Amino acid sequence: MKKEIICTVCPRGCHINVEGEGEKILSMEGYGCKRGVTYATAEFTNPVRILTTLVKIDGVDGELLPVRSANPVPKEKLFDCMEIIRKTKVGVPLKMHDVIIKNICDTGVDIVATKAVK
Amino acid sequence: MLKTDVVVIGAGAVGCAVARELSKYAVDVIVVEKNDDVGGDASKSNSAIIHTGYDAAPGTLESQLVVAANPMYDEIVKDLDVPFSRIGAILPAITQEQFEKLPEIKEKAFRNHVYDIEYKSGEQLLEMEPNLNPEVKGGLWIPRESIIDPFIFVQAMAENACANGVRFLLNTKVTDIHTENGKIKSVVTTDETIETKYVINCAGLYCDEIAQMVGKAEYKVVARKGQFFILDKNTSCRVEHIVLPIPTKVTKGKLMCPTIHGNMLVGPTAEDQDSKTDKSTSAEGLASITADVTNLVPNVNVRDTITQYSGLRPNRNPEGLHFDIWDDLEGYVNLSGVRSTGLTLSVSMGKYVVEQMLYHGAGFKLKDHFIKERKGIVKFSECSLEEQDALIKENPLYANVVCRCETITEAEILEAIHRPLGARTVDAVKRRVRAGMGRCQAGFCGPKVIEILARELHCEPTDINKNIEGSYMVTGTTR
Amino acid sequence: MNNMKCDVVIIGGGPAGLAAAIAAKQEGAEKVLIVERDHALGGILQQCIHPGFGLTRFGEELTGPEYYSRFVDQANELGVEYMLGAMVLQVNNETNEVICTGSEYGLACIQAGSIVLAMGCRERTRAGIMVPGTRPSGLFTAGSAQRLVNRQNIMVGKKVVILGSGDIGMIMARRMSLEGAKVVMVVELMDYLAGLTRNRVQCLDDFGIPLKLSHTITRIEGDERVTGVWVAPVDENKKPIAEQAELVECDTVLFSVGLLPENELTRKAGIEINPVTNGPAVNQYMQTSSPSVFACGNVVHVNDLVDNVSAESAVAGKYAAMYAMGKLKDAQKNVPCVTGRNVRYLCPQSIDANQKDGKVTLYFRVLQPEQKVTLVARCGDEILAKHKEILVNPGEMNHLTIDTNMISGSDVTVEVVKEA
Repeated sequence: MKKEIICTVCPRGCHINVEGEGEKILSMEGYGCKRGVTYATAEFTNPVRILTTLVKIDGVDGELLPVRSANPVPKEKLFDCMEIIRKTKVGVPLKMHDVIIKNICDTGVDIVATKAVK
Repeated sequence: MLKTDVVVIGAGAVGCAVARELSKYAVDVIVVEKNDDVGGDASKSNSAIIHTGYDAAPGTLESQLVVAANPMYDEIVKDLDVPFSRIGAILPAITQEQFEKLPEIKEKAFRNHVYDIEYKSGEQLLEMEPNLNPEVKGGLWIPRESIIDPFIFVQAMAENACANGVRFLLNTKVTDIHTENGKIKSVVTTDETIETKYVINCAGLYCDEIAQMVGKAEYKVVARKGQFFILDKNTSCRVEHIVLPIPTKVTKGKLMCPTIHGNMLVGPTAEDQDSKTDKSTSAEGLASITADVTNLVPNVNVRDTITQYSGLRPNRNPEGLHFDIWDDLEGYVNLSGVRSTGLTLSVSMGKYVVEQMLYHGAGFKLKDHFIKERKGIVKFSECSLEEQDALIKENPLYANVVCRCETITEAEILEAIHRPLGARTVDAVKRRVRAGMGRCQAGFCGPKVIEILARELHCEPTDINKNIEGSYMVTGTTR
Repeated sequence: MNNMKCDVVIIGGGPAGLAAAIAAKQEGAEKVLIVERDHALGGILQQCIHPGFGLTRFGEELTGPEYYSRFVDQANELGVEYMLGAMVLQVNNETNEVICTGSEYGLACIQAGSIVLAMGCRERTRAGIMVPGTRPSGLFTAGSAQRLVNRQNIMVGKKVVILGSGDIGMIMARRMSLEGAKVVMVVELMDYLAGLTRNRVQCLDDFGIPLKLSHTITRIEGDERVTGVWVAPVDENKKPIAEQAELVECDTVLFSVGLLPENELTRKAGIEINPVTNGPAVNQYMQTSSPSVFACGNVVHVNDLVDNVSAESAVAGKYAAMYAMGKLKDAQKNVPCVTGRNVRYLCPQSIDANQKDGKVTLYFRVLQPEQKVTLVARCGDEILAKHKEILVNPGEMNHLTIDTNMISGSDVTVEVVKEA
């Protein structure tokens, strides 16, 4: 499998071409520095993203609770996570980083509040 | 089925002026308007100038009505609490060719009985208007050319008519007019049918379509588009008067003037088109405005624009302002060719129409109690600190500034919604209190105005329109 | 009218105002008061629920609410006071009075030792860039759409075209996609990305959203709600090639076409405005042309990183406190900061060279992208600071830190030198 990865480590934004099978990388070209190699390896084998979105507060209409994944989750699970989050309602009060959803989509990552609500 | 004496079709400047004039009489009046708000189409997108009629075609009905209308404004803007200022217009001649045309323009003004027009030298004009093209050779000064808030003007006439018993059917379109034995019988609308003795066609752009319903369409309305720029109040290059170009054979040209609220207005173009709804702006049109106005005011900075819009003047083919009644169609009054002077002449047209109806035997009797005055919405931003303090003590919502650019408070927005003929849409709020008229163009207050409208009208944000049906602002909830 | 007194009054409770308030308190000002028009502190960060904040300042990636919450907590601990839902109507720099209004306070007059302007910025609009066409509903600035979606629980549309590849536009592309809307494309006039590469990858590429560089919207269609936009490529002079325009259907257009410092109050107070930044001209203390008035954050110049705003605002807060306490001497020798090759603007615009208190950070933006360069600050022939960069571009602010003791000449010039 071939993949073109734009490196986001620094503003230069090198286009790195990676070829490999599964998680095994066979060749890599176009990187400008070692950090690029690390980045491209991770993006090729297991791309992850922090998910940030909003959760409905029970009984409140005009305001939502901002939340994040405490750690990055696999990129391909973003929409699965959104499905769960969309159905979630949360009661208040809440402290900063209170867990809203534990181990979302079996990723081992919690969805936490990024704001305290009284 | 509704029953009335008079149906006025169209709640633009002329329709509202006619309705207000009729409301002085003991007669039942219904105004039918297709839009969600009073204010019409052409009446709300124009140059907002109250003309003197100096350049009208002498001897025409249009000349007669515009010239008669101008002096009426001193009283009507006081009675109806409408922002208005007699800033005057200058007509600078930049080229020798233009300079040589001045006597002809002045002579025409005299034939229109506009006698206060005066010559000014180039130096005098530059002293009056330092940003004028320094090559100016001289020009004319027309002191009674004035500026007005066209939205508030029409709202004020409508509100005052309403206070005197006129009914307004908004969001209601006339679909047919029934006659019987050469007499008006009823008006069919998208809402109810109205049985009536009189119909006054003040439908502006659509007056030919209405006339067709009674078989009196002897003309066509040709929409003439005019595109405009509005510049930021902070723009560096300002003018203090209406700066008019010397007209050529081809065009009346493009002007620059302050608005009554301190912005600069630049335009319009004049483009005839088939569509009566296409109010789009174009890159070419806007570029032509810049090119032309730069001749008058070289440093005008259109980059300071906060909005661009266009309006459609209902020009008539064959040309000219017409008032028509027919012997074989009793009760029908047709107005056509009410074009760029329409805003100005609305007030004299109101008088003229009613006078003509009386002359032709309408027999309306004056009421004993006509409410002459209407109070506008108090503008918090224009009050002194003491007045502001007093307003807040009376109503704490005056302390909630919703529109930052124009300093418009929640109290003013609530009044815009709740007074008679109140605002139902985002644009209607804007046209009443200027929330969203400033340099951020509702970027900040837009979301808040949607929220307030939904709350006050007991509906969902998704039910709130920008203006016409179908112009929904938002699509649902995030969660 | 309510009369109040304080040492430092700060207009705006966003990241700039919060950092200034904290610094003022830490410097020893007794009563520090923030006047905020919103009903909560945090400013625009309240709607920036995405991560990417705090990498410089805290060494970790925070969301907007997490970032400002740290400052709010600190401000509370230090005893910073604030008025919420209060809009400033006037700044009087002669009498050092601020007039504000709010439903909880009525009309209030705050007498202060010094004033800090931290009102932030606003968005350039569709009209501001003169996109022709009709005027239907469904046209939003990216920020107002972000406010509706993230703070008011209101979705703005279903099929979206975004004009401008700035960070807010790209962040909104991801937000709208995650919330189930279809983002048809992001259109960018320039031939390079306006925002960060990371946002291109994580907000556009991740969601398969095409980025149309060197394109623009030439016309808006639709009489009621927007029904589509005409998108055309542009030539080397950024003029649209009309024959190649294509109609792209959508029900929503988001404009992410630049930010402008919000300086209504500054202008009304007669404070000098820099024509390039559109913000008040300031010296290294973030002091404006009116000595008792300081300014910081996006009201001075539009930043791309909130971390820089916090740092710069702490300077404003510190010196505003010193001024209020009578500890800041009047400027003695103002040395202008001059833009050299490929530098669009500099902040601060002048340095008081007589007050030898060491380090000053000069923030600046380049005019055009350039690779392999050295950033140089010099006074005459003497180099005050230099720094090598692989790439500079207008979207990312650069900075150099200089020592005021080294300033001997009549100006400080910053330039971008192309490597041989």
